[in-house]
Amino acid sequence: MTSRTGSLLPSGGRRGDADRGSAADPDRETARSASARPHGGLAERAFRLVTGGAAWLVLAILLAVAWSMASGGWLAFRTFGFGFITSTQWDVVNGQFGALVAIYGTLMTSAIALVIAVPVSIGIALFLTEIAPVWSRGPIAVAIELLAAVPSIIYGMWGLFVFAPFMAEHVEPWVNDHLGQAPVIGPLFNGPPIGIGTLTAGIVLGIMVIPFIASVAREVFNAVPAALRESAVALGATRWERLWHVTLPYTRSAIVGAIFLGLGRALGETMAVTFVLGNAHDLTASLLMPSNSIAAAIANEFTEADTELYRSALIALAFLLFFVTFIVLSLAKLLLARVERSLGRTN
Amino acid sequence: MNWVLFRRKLADRVAFIGAALATLFGLVFLFWILWTTFAQGVSALNLRLVTEMTPPPGADGGLLNAFYGSAVMVLLAIAIGTPVGLCAGTYLAEHGRHTRLAAAVRFVNDILLSAPSIVLGLFVYELVVVPMKHFSGLAGGLALALILIPVVVRTSDEALRLVPDRMREAAYALGLPGWKVSLQVLFSAAMSGIVTGVLLGVARIAGETAPLLFTALNNQFWSANLNAPLANLPVVIFQYAMSPYDTWHALAWAGALALTVFVLALNLAVRLFARRRSFK
Repeated sequence: MTSRTGSLLPSGGRRGDADRGSAADPDRETARSASARPHGGLAERAFRLVTGGAAWLVLAILLAVAWSMASGGWLAFRTFGFGFITSTQWDVVNGQFGALVAIYGTLMTSAIALVIAVPVSIGIALFLTEIAPVWSRGPIAVAIELLAAVPSIIYGMWGLFVFAPFMAEHVEPWVNDHLGQAPVIGPLFNGPPIGIGTLTAGIVLGIMVIPFIASVAREVFNAVPAALRESAVALGATRWERLWHVTLPYTRSAIVGAIFLGLGRALGETMAVTFVLGNAHDLTASLLMPSNSIAAAIANEFTEADTELYRSALIALAFLLFFVTFIVLSLAKLLLARVERSLGRTN
Repeated sequence: MNWVLFRRKLADRVAFIGAALATLFGLVFLFWILWTTFAQGVSALNLRLVTEMTPPPGADGGLLNAFYGSAVMVLLAIAIGTPVGLCAGTYLAEHGRHTRLAAAVRFVNDILLSAPSIVLGLFVYELVVVPMKHFSGLAGGLALALILIPVVVRTSDEALRLVPDRMREAAYALGLPGWKVSLQVLFSAAMSGIVTGVLLGVARIAGETAPLLFTALNNQFWSANLNAPLANLPVVIFQYAMSPYDTWHALAWAGALALTVFVLALNLAVRLFARRRSFK
């Protein structure tokens, strides 16, 4: 039952089950092992069963969600086959469901979000680690992180009542006039300035994603070894050169991991985009036109889905979303795990 | 004039200003959103909010049933999510710290932490609402618990691993069985970290809307029945904000203000509390 290691020291930080009952004093081994049985007692066995069961439950939740979405969406996948992903037709009356518009909207809003959030987040991290006066760093960092605490429905309301009218009045006419006729990107920015649409949703998403990327970036910028930084300073590097030639190359995989983390958030965000996207089922190149996203389509339509096929199509959308975010977040986790290990945070 | 030096200094200046502007950009949006919520919410505040039920279009009313329903579902989520999350966290930190299962659970848990909440809502719809054939507050509480669990797992795992091994050794040396070591020694040593995690989780689920849309649904009337559709603040805000009625918009802003104040106050309180503890 108990192994006699005769040592109090945990063996290299590892506390295996055998160490648990290791006797401090070999003379009292018999008396001790009779009273404290690491595996023996009923209560102990029950406690281990419950905690182990809870750990398995976490795994089970992920598998159950994946299975539940796959089986719920099976009818739609079987009915439309591969065309479910490539068709733009979303015809509720005739029972024709193609997901391309929603998929495109999800990808496009997330792309806009990243285009905004990545440079801004890296700028914030740079500001908080190099430029800001030391006393102001804590409060500014907390304020940026509060952006992540604001409930997404608040973003949605603000987007609908304040930001969309602002976009319609001040930003989109300018975008339309100056970028709308440009050679390659013109079609993206050509459209009526109504405020509701892909561009507005992407910007709101970008603001929501900033705190997630910025906090990781700030942490890894702070973790760059002092020797590297000092070497660069000694060579006469400016702040920008330190960032570009030392800090960013050193923290590259963590930054990419943080971007994937932000992408995972952006893809699955529901309420904020539902408010400002406009729930339209037409594929259009223009970012100024109302569009749709997977999450917004589910939020808007699921309670109104009155046929088996309609409901199945929406659940199939959820399956696609879950599958893609799973892959994106797994990549984020792998990229960040490597950094955590090299930073010495193996746990 | 040294052209190379000038260019390098210029790049540095631009980076400096760019970084400051990026920070300003983030802060401006934070204050813009908060200012909008406060300005619109305060003008809609009155005593009827907490004394009357959600009204039909055009009529006056309050949000009492929505506040009540949200509180009930958050408490239900805490009641389900905290024990499960704490047990799994205990497994990760104590019994299986270096096992493959623990590594897999940590990986999956971090993914669940960022998984789209609307998919979890659909999952609970398939799991609970379809077999029971009606929406219910119970399903809503369960959906929120699914979001709370990963937060508690992560924070309790971290809090327990911060407890020095000396305390474990001392407790085992006194002859305590493992479960008593965990329950009486380690949990009380890690209590502040565990509570911090639960409170941060509560701040997160209090504003979650997407998972409630197809689980708790909504209810215009007072209902304390967990087995029936239950009114709740986020879904009421969503429906009222999307409606064309001005009185409903005002109520939505009042609800948004209450929600924002609750969530941000909880967040700041937890941060201050955690920081004070860690400095000691």
